[in-house]
Amino acid sequence: MADELTTRSALQLRDLVAHGEVSAEEVARAHLERVAATDDQLKAFVTVTDDAALAHARDIDRRRAAEEPVGALAGVPLALKDVLCTKGVRTTCGSRILQTYRPPYDAGVVERLRDADVVVLGKANCDEFAMGSSCENSAFFPTRNPWDLDRVPGGSSGGSVAAVAGFQAPLGVGTDTGGSIRQPAALCGLVGVKPTYGAVSRYGLIAFASSLDQAGPIARSVTDAAHLLAAIAGPDPRDSTSIPKPLPDVLAGLDDGVSGLRIGVVAEFMAEGMSDGVRAMVEASVERLAGLGAEIVEVSLPHAGYGLAAYYLIAPSEASSNLSRYDGVRYGLRVDGATTEAMMAATREAGFGSEVKRRIMIGTYALSAGYYDAYYAQAQRVRTLIARDFAAAFETCDVLVGPTSPTVAFPLGELTADPLAMYANDVYAVPASLAGLPAMSLPVGLGEAGMPVGFQIMAPLLRDDLMLRAARALEAEVGFDAMPRGPNALAGAAI
Amino acid sequence: MTTAATATGFQAVIGLEVHVELATRTKMFCGCRTDFGGDPNVRTCPVCLGQPGSLPVVNRGAVESAIRLGLALGGEVAPSSQFHRKNYFYPDMPKNYQISQYDVPICSGGVLEVTTSHGTTLVGITRVHMEEDTGKSLHAGTSGRIQGAEYSLVDYNRAGIPLLEVVSEPDIRSAEEAQAYLTELRAIVLALGISDAKLEEGSMRCDANVSVHRPGEPFGARAEVKNMNSVRSLGRAIAYEVDRQVALVQAGGTVVLQTRHWDEDRGATSTLRVKETLEDYRYFPDPDLVAVEPEPAWIEELRAGLPELPAAIRRRLVDAHRLSAEQVATLAGAGLIPVFEEAVAAGSPPVDAVNLLTNDVIALASERGFDPADLALTGAQLAELTGLVTDGTLSTKLAREVLGDVLAGRGTPREVVAERGLEQISDTSELAAICDEVIAAQADAAQKVRDGNRKAVGALVGAVMRATQGRANPRVVNQLLMERLDRC
Amino acid sequence: MSLSSEDVRHVARLARLDLSDEEVEALRPQLSDILAYAEQVGEVATADVPPTAHPYGLRNVYREDVPVDPLPHEEAMSTAPAAEDGRFRVPRIVGPDVTGEDG
Ligand SMILES: [Mg+2]
Ligand SMILES: [Zn+2]
Repeated sequence: MADELTTRSALQLRDLVAHGEVSAEEVARAHLERVAATDDQLKAFVTVTDDAALAHARDIDRRRAAEEPVGALAGVPLALKDVLCTKGVRTTCGSRILQTYRPPYDAGVVERLRDADVVVLGKANCDEFAMGSSCENSAFFPTRNPWDLDRVPGGSSGGSVAAVAGFQAPLGVGTDTGGSIRQPAALCGLVGVKPTYGAVSRYGLIAFASSLDQAGPIARSVTDAAHLLAAIAGPDPRDSTSIPKPLPDVLAGLDDGVSGLRIGVVAEFMAEGMSDGVRAMVEASVERLAGLGAEIVEVSLPHAGYGLAAYYLIAPSEASSNLSRYDGVRYGLRVDGATTEAMMAATREAGFGSEVKRRIMIGTYALSAGYYDAYYAQAQRVRTLIARDFAAAFETCDVLVGPTSPTVAFPLGELTADPLAMYANDVYAVPASLAGLPAMSLPVGLGEAGMPVGFQIMAPLLRDDLMLRAARALEAEVGFDAMPRGPNALAGAAI
Repeated sequence: MTTAATATGFQAVIGLEVHVELATRTKMFCGCRTDFGGDPNVRTCPVCLGQPGSLPVVNRGAVESAIRLGLALGGEVAPSSQFHRKNYFYPDMPKNYQISQYDVPICSGGVLEVTTSHGTTLVGITRVHMEEDTGKSLHAGTSGRIQGAEYSLVDYNRAGIPLLEVVSEPDIRSAEEAQAYLTELRAIVLALGISDAKLEEGSMRCDANVSVHRPGEPFGARAEVKNMNSVRSLGRAIAYEVDRQVALVQAGGTVVLQTRHWDEDRGATSTLRVKETLEDYRYFPDPDLVAVEPEPAWIEELRAGLPELPAAIRRRLVDAHRLSAEQVATLAGAGLIPVFEEAVAAGSPPVDAVNLLTNDVIALASERGFDPADLALTGAQLAELTGLVTDGTLSTKLAREVLGDVLAGRGTPREVVAERGLEQISDTSELAAICDEVIAAQADAAQKVRDGNRKAVGALVGAVMRATQGRANPRVVNQLLMERLDRC
Repeated sequence: MSLSSEDVRHVARLARLDLSDEEVEALRPQLSDILAYAEQVGEVATADVPPTAHPYGLRNVYREDVPVDPLPHEEAMSTAPAAEDGRFRVPRIVGPDVTGEDG
C-alpha cells in the first residue's frame, strides 16, 4: 500500500483520505519513507519536517474522525520551496547566509496550504535566492534530475520539482521570477504553473525580484496543479501587489477542451535556438491542438527578443536592493569584523555564493547614478512594449504557445562556467514574466537523450483558467507518463 | 539679529529640511504602534524588522497627513506619486534601504509666511514627501557619542514610523528667519494635529543647508548642519556656521560640500563627513508598492477640513482685537493664542489679556523652565484675573503674583486675592494717612515736588507702595500726594 | 561595456561585498559580458513609452491606521546574531556613513 500511495495523484490521495480508505498519516508516512529511501540520490530536500508533517496528518485524521471540517486538499503531501517562510522552521533560500534562519512568521502561501490541510513534508532545495536555472547554485548541494541523476533538474525550483518528479510528493510549490517553475517542470516532465502576477500572495516569499516573483503549483497533472492553484491563490492585504479580487474559477471549465479556441504560436519563439528534439515535440503539440479543434494562428511579439536583456537588468537591480538586508545585524549569518561596515561586508562575502554576488554586482551597477536611465528605466520601458505586444496578440488569440526551454535537461556542471549560456535557458520564459501574465509548462514528450520536453502556454492577465483548460486538453491527448525512466533514472516509485 | 554676514557684505543662503514624525497610530508600512518610550524592540514585526519575505503596505492615515500638510502650505498634490527605495547600508535601517519618495513627492510647491523683527518674508516650499524613520542606536562604552564607542545596540521601535520631510527653498537669509520658519512650520503642524512636533524629543528634526556668498555672485558650497534640537539651537548653529564660512572665505579659504554636526555644549559645528562625490543612493521605484493617486474628491474633502491656520489666526487677532503684529507674534511663538482667545471670549479686555500673557506669563514660564503653552493656565482664569484688575480689586503689579499662585494650584485668582489679602487699597482715608506719614518722612523729596519737579513724586509713591506691600492703588496715591503738595 | 578592476571594486564597496582579488578578476569579464548583452535594451526606441513595473496596474493600495499586535519581544530577538539588553548588538560604527540619514 505504501509504495502504491506514492504513485497516486493529489486528487486520488485527497479522495482516499476523504473516504477513509487510508489515513492522512499513512499517506504522509508513505511519502516520507520514499523521501528517506531516495533523497540521498535526489537531494530534493534541504529540511524534511517529518514530525510536523505527521502531526498535521494525525490532526487531519482526528478532525475527520470527529467530523470537524478539514481543508480542500486534506492529507495531500507537498514539497515547499525553501524560499517561503515557515514559522520556527528553518528557511534557507539555499543560502549560507540563511543556513540557520528560523522565520518568526508564516508566508501567506503557507497559511493557505494549512487552510487546505496540505501536509508539508519539508523545505525543498533551490538555487540560492532563486537565482539560477539548474539548482546547482544551492549553497548546500545540487539537486538531481530523477530522469537522469547526472543531469540537472532545472531551476531555481529544482528541489520542489525533483521531489514531485521523483514521486516523493504529488505536489510542490515553487516560485517563478523568470521561469523558475516552468523551466524545471519542463526538464523533469511535470506541470508547472506561474500564475498571473498578483494572484498568489508574495507575503513571506523571500524576495528575489519583487516585480516578477510569483509562487505557483508543481504537479504531475494539470488537474492536480489547478486544484493546488485554487488553494493558494487569492487576495492578501499584506501584499500591496496582490490583486484584490479572486481569480476566475480555475476548476469549473477545466475539462471544456480547446475546440473553438484561437491559439497563437509565437513566431519569435519558434525561430531558432531550440534543440531539434524540443522543436519536434513543440511542433507536434501544436498539431495536436489543431487536431483537437483549436484554431492555430501565428502571432508576433516583436519585442520579445529583448526580454532576456531587460530581465537581466530588472531582476538583478531589484535583487541587489532586496538582498541588502542580509547584513548580519538582525538575523542570519554573521562574520565578525572590527566595525559594523567590515562585519557587514565580511558577512555578505562569506554568506552569498558566486551567482548571487554576480547579480548583486550587476544590479548595484545598473542602479548606480548615471546608469539608472539607460539600464533599469530603459528595461522597464522595454517591459511596457513587451506587455503591449502580448496585449495585441491577445486581441486575436485566447492563449499563446511555444517552447518552455530551448533544450532538455543538461548534465550537471555543463553550464556553470558560462553565466550567459545559463541565462539563455529562460529566453522563452521571461517575456510572460515581464508582462505579469499567467504561463505554464506541461510535458509533451521526450527529446534528446530520452529527456522530457515542456510546452509553454501563456494567457491574458487573470485568465489562468483558460490556460489550464488548454493545457488539460493537450495533456489528455499527449498522455505523457510522468514515471522517470531511462538508464540513469531514479528507481521507480514502487521500490 | 545681525550676523557677520551682513556686516561684511556677505549674505547667508539657508534652506531647511524638516522631518516631522507623524502622530498616526501605526507605522508607515506596518501595523506596529508608534508610541514613544518603553522597552526596546517591543513595537516591531516582520515588516519593520526587515525580516526576509515581509512586505510594506502604506498607511492611509500617513497619506492623509501628508496631503493635509501639503495643502496647508499651499502646495499641490501630485496626481500620481510613488515610493522609491533609497539604498544605503546602516545598522539602524532594517532593510538597508529607506522607503522614501524621490522624483515625484506627494506634494510640492507652496509657501510659508515668516515674520521676524525685520518684517515678513515668504519662504518657498520645495516639497513635502513621505518616508519611514530609522531605528535608534545606543553607543556603548562612551558617553553615548558614536565616536569612540566600543559597540552599538540597536532598537527598532522607531523604525518605520511615518515621517514627512518638508524641504524649503533656499530663501532664508538669517538665523532669525530660520527660527521663525521652524516656529511657523511647527505651529502649522500642531494646528493640523498631525504630530506632537517636539524638537527636544526628536518628533520634529531640522537640518540646515547653509552657504554664504556676496550678493550678485554665485552661491557658495553648502554645509548641511545637523543635530539641532531646539529653535534656539537652530539659531545658534546657523549663526555660528555663517560666521565660520564668512571668516573662512575672508581668510582666502574655500567652503567645501560637507555635513557638519552641531555641538550644543561647545556652541560650534564640526565636520562629520566631506562629500567628495554625491552619495550614490541607487534610487529606484519600490516594486513592493504601487502608485499613490489620491482621488480629487478626497483631496477636496481634506482641504475643506483644514483648521484655521496660524497665519490666518494672526491676521484675525490683529484685525479683531487691535493687537500689534509683534504682540501676535509673541503670543504665537509661545503657543498662547488659544488661551488668549479663550480669555477674550470669557470677557477679558484684549489689551489686558495680551499684556499679562506677553509680559507676565512668558516671564513666569521662563523662570520655571516651562514652555509657556505647557503652563496650566485657562482662558477663564486669565479673564477672572484681568477682571480683578479692571474693577480695581487688584493692582496690575500684584496681578503677576496672583498669577504665580494660580499656576501653583493655590486657587482661582479671586480665591488667591482673598486668601492673601491682596485687594487693592483705594480707600482715600486709609491712604491719606499713609501719604501724610511719607511726606513728613521724606521732606526733601516733598519739597522738590512743591518746587515744581513733578517727577520727584515717584519716590513718594514708591514709598507709599512699599508701606502697603504694593496694595495701594497707585493712581489714587498719586492724586492724594499731589493734593497735599499743592500741585493739582 | 568593459569594466575595470577599480569599477568592480567600487561597485563591491557600494554593495558591501568584501570580494577577494580573484573574485574581482573573475567578475570583471563576466559583468562586462552580461552588461554588454543587457545593453541591447538600448536599441529599442522608447521615446514616448512609460516604464512598467506592474502590468496589472494597481493603484492606491492602503491599510487603515489600525494597530495590530507586534511580535513578542523574544520572537523579535530570536533571530539576532548578537544581542544585549533587548537590543541588537553591532560592532563599532565608523566609516563615511557615520550617522543615519535621518537619525
Ligand atoms: Mg529624508
Ligand atoms: Zn512593524
